[in-house]
Amino acid sequence: MKNLHFKHWLFISVAFVFTLASCKPKNANNTISADAAAKVYVAPGKYDEFYNFVSGGFSGQMSAYGLPSGRLLRVIPVFSVDPEKGYGFSEETKPMLNTSHGFVPWDDLHHVQLSKTNGDYDGKWVFGNANNTPRVARIDLKTFRTAEIIELPNSAGNHSSPFLTENTEYVVAGTRFSVPPDDVNGDVPINTYKKNFKGTLSFISVKKEDGKMELAFQIQCPGFNFDLSRAGKGVSHGWFFFSCYNTEQANTLLEVNASQKDKDFILAVNWKKAEEYLKAGKGKKKSVRYAHNTYNEKTHTATSEIKTEVIVLDSKELADLCYFIPCPKSPHGCDVSPTGEYIVGSGKLAAVIPVFGFDKMLKTIQAKDFIGTFEGIPVLKYESVLYGEVKKPGLGPLHTEFDNKGNAYTSFFVSSEIVKWNIKDLKVLDRASTYYSVGHLTVAGGDTKNPNGKYLVAYNKITKDRYLPTGPELSQSAQLFDISGDKMQLILDFPTIGEPHYAQIAPAELIKNNSTKFYKLDDNKHKYASIGEGATKVVREGKNVHVYMTAIRSHFSPDNIEGIRMGDDVYFHVTNLEQDWDVPHGFGIKGAANAELLIMPGETQTLKWTPDRVGMVPIYCTDFCSALHQEMQGYVRVSPVGSNVPLSYSLGTNMPKVEGDEKGEEKEKGKKK
Amino acid sequence: MKKTFAILMVLSILYACGGQQTVATDAVTASASDPNTNPTYDPQRGEGKFTKVEVGATIDEKLVQAGTKVFAVKCSACHKLTGEKLVGPGWKGVTERFKPEWIMNFVTNTDAMLNKDPKAQAQLEICLVRMPNQNVTDDDARNIYEFMRKNDSKK
Repeated sequence: MKNLHFKHWLFISVAFVFTLASCKPKNANNTISADAAAKVYVAPGKYDEFYNFVSGGFSGQMSAYGLPSGRLLRVIPVFSVDPEKGYGFSEETKPMLNTSHGFVPWDDLHHVQLSKTNGDYDGKWVFGNANNTPRVARIDLKTFRTAEIIELPNSAGNHSSPFLTENTEYVVAGTRFSVPPDDVNGDVPINTYKKNFKGTLSFISVKKEDGKMELAFQIQCPGFNFDLSRAGKGVSHGWFFFSCYNTEQANTLLEVNASQKDKDFILAVNWKKAEEYLKAGKGKKKSVRYAHNTYNEKTHTATSEIKTEVIVLDSKELADLCYFIPCPKSPHGCDVSPTGEYIVGSGKLAAVIPVFGFDKMLKTIQAKDFIGTFEGIPVLKYESVLYGEVKKPGLGPLHTEFDNKGNAYTSFFVSSEIVKWNIKDLKVLDRASTYYSVGHLTVAGGDTKNPNGKYLVAYNKITKDRYLPTGPELSQSAQLFDISGDKMQLILDFPTIGEPHYAQIAPAELIKNNSTKFYKLDDNKHKYASIGEGATKVVREGKNVHVYMTAIRSHFSPDNIEGIRMGDDVYFHVTNLEQDWDVPHGFGIKGAANAELLIMPGETQTLKWTPDRVGMVPIYCTDFCSALHQEMQGYVRVSPVGSNVPLSYSLGTNMPKVEGDEKGEEKEKGKKK
Repeated sequence: MKKTFAILMVLSILYACGGQQTVATDAVTASASDPNTNPTYDPQRGEGKFTKVEVGATIDEKLVQAGTKVFAVKCSACHKLTGEKLVGPGWKGVTERFKPEWIMNFVTNTDAMLNKDPKAQAQLEICLVRMPNQNVTDDDARNIYEFMRKNDSKK
């Protein structure tokens, strides 16, 4: 008995000590603290607090993650075909990837910007840029689908994009490569860069009601590389800031030749002034070619229009439109503080972070405190615009975002860390290592007027040993930091798709309640929709055969089709008759050179199929839909050219011939040979 | 005495660490409530917003017309107008077997009823395909019912 008591006590004491230890956070210097797991745990069936929209880099797509869990919610196809969703494969979505160069199946999406109203996210749209063949896309956050893509003429490598103004008046696109403008002969020696190459900034207007984009105007600037940009906000609303490198105007071995000068520029653009010039007719119409693609949600069909004109303002001729702020050295990020008072330049090769004052810039302009001009654009005096420098911040500063307590967070690629510093006194407050070599970072609401300041995500360029090895190629790693306290705390690693560049974090509340659950059949205005099984049919128009088909759990109508001939182009227009959330059907046909379809409830999508041999071709549903999903299948019979098999289609009625009536079948068989 | 102390001790330790809330399990599955033991469930009426449906002495052709359209788009893929089963049961005699409230609740509140209604569950065992919620409006539910009445009035 006594012994038992002793055992009890021993157990309790051990439990007590153990409990105390586990309740207490471990040393804050440890990389991971004990409560990290609890901070990122989102219970099964529960929602994350934030959406995290992340660029997919060279995958050309955008992804949506939940934070703090780091769960991948969706890959949104934007600039690349996506076999998972049929994007770029269905006849309806192919026009989305059309450009003045034709169909481009794979691009490189770098930056992500959520639409804003009064300087805060409004949850309507998210924009992305194509970095290779220059384009800007608008994604509708009701459907998480790409709604519109506009190509940019006079541009090459749309890098400083798609940054936007505080009411989404404009989305900008600054060209990375300067090139000879589209309307002049580009067949010139490469080493005539200084003479013939121009840098173009595009301003795309966005209609408040429906988000419709138009290429409003362009500003022609000297031939540099335009890198990143941010709009002014609050006091600096009406201005845009672009970082420029290669102000040396080198055309070869830029690694060396574009790193000669101690200072490059941040270009300040007064876009309100540009609007005045535009109204006054100072813009010049230029002949160009660019594609403008729109997805219509009623017809479930994209159209691509080639446009041929753009209005260009010349920065050399129009006073007060553009100013250069000298910035050390090869600036990358060019970020504006929440109040709009400060502009942070991050020179990739600089030893300091310069912080410019917006009011100082205005005073410098007013006092004409210039150190000269560059191709007609005044160059302001560095010291006059400078608010101050963050000293010894780290090596290789890239990007800066902000919290709600007056702090800035800058990513450092070379020294592989996030550095937190105070905007007012420019003192470094904290450093956190990243694993490894951080590129971009994002703070929840970090580019808005009212940052949330709860989380920061670092997007690292090198993964190495962070995850189980998967051969030479590894997913790039994102790292979530809790920044609500004085010290940044690493709480989660999670893999990403492609290569994430910029990302944004918005409260789930802003977006989740507006999500479309299905497309209403009543609203389906697709030209080839079958609204109800009674409307299904197969129609031959010469060599083109249109199959008006429906899908519902769990059969296609029709599911037996005969009379298709070699040389036909067959269009399967499949309407999903379901009217409930999350009941897509798939459509696959053997040997299709063009992949498959995935059709949302109430939607119509089209697969073009050209039979390549005589015989029997199965079709089936590719997305598990019900207990009898495996029964959701059918056959298409392909006959030779000139066959007299009549065109026929049916569901449930094409029964075996009764005995004694087999002659017809045999006769036909003979003919087929 | 010692034992009481020990229990108190354990409790206090538990309390000290109680800052981490356990996961709330507020998602009770619908099937957990058994209609046979639940006196509030009316198997004649089913579950849904329709408690009393007024049905005229004669068939309202206007409603039938509207119901015909809904049938073509949202129902005909799975239901025949005869007694023959296609994906779901044939509609012949359905208005004789079920009250209008039950039918209209079932077509508008499909998932909830499939989870608890004994007759709906019995039918599911035969068909093995859960009837899709086709997001039928209240008016259309009434129209469909009138269309079914018309169908049942034919010899």
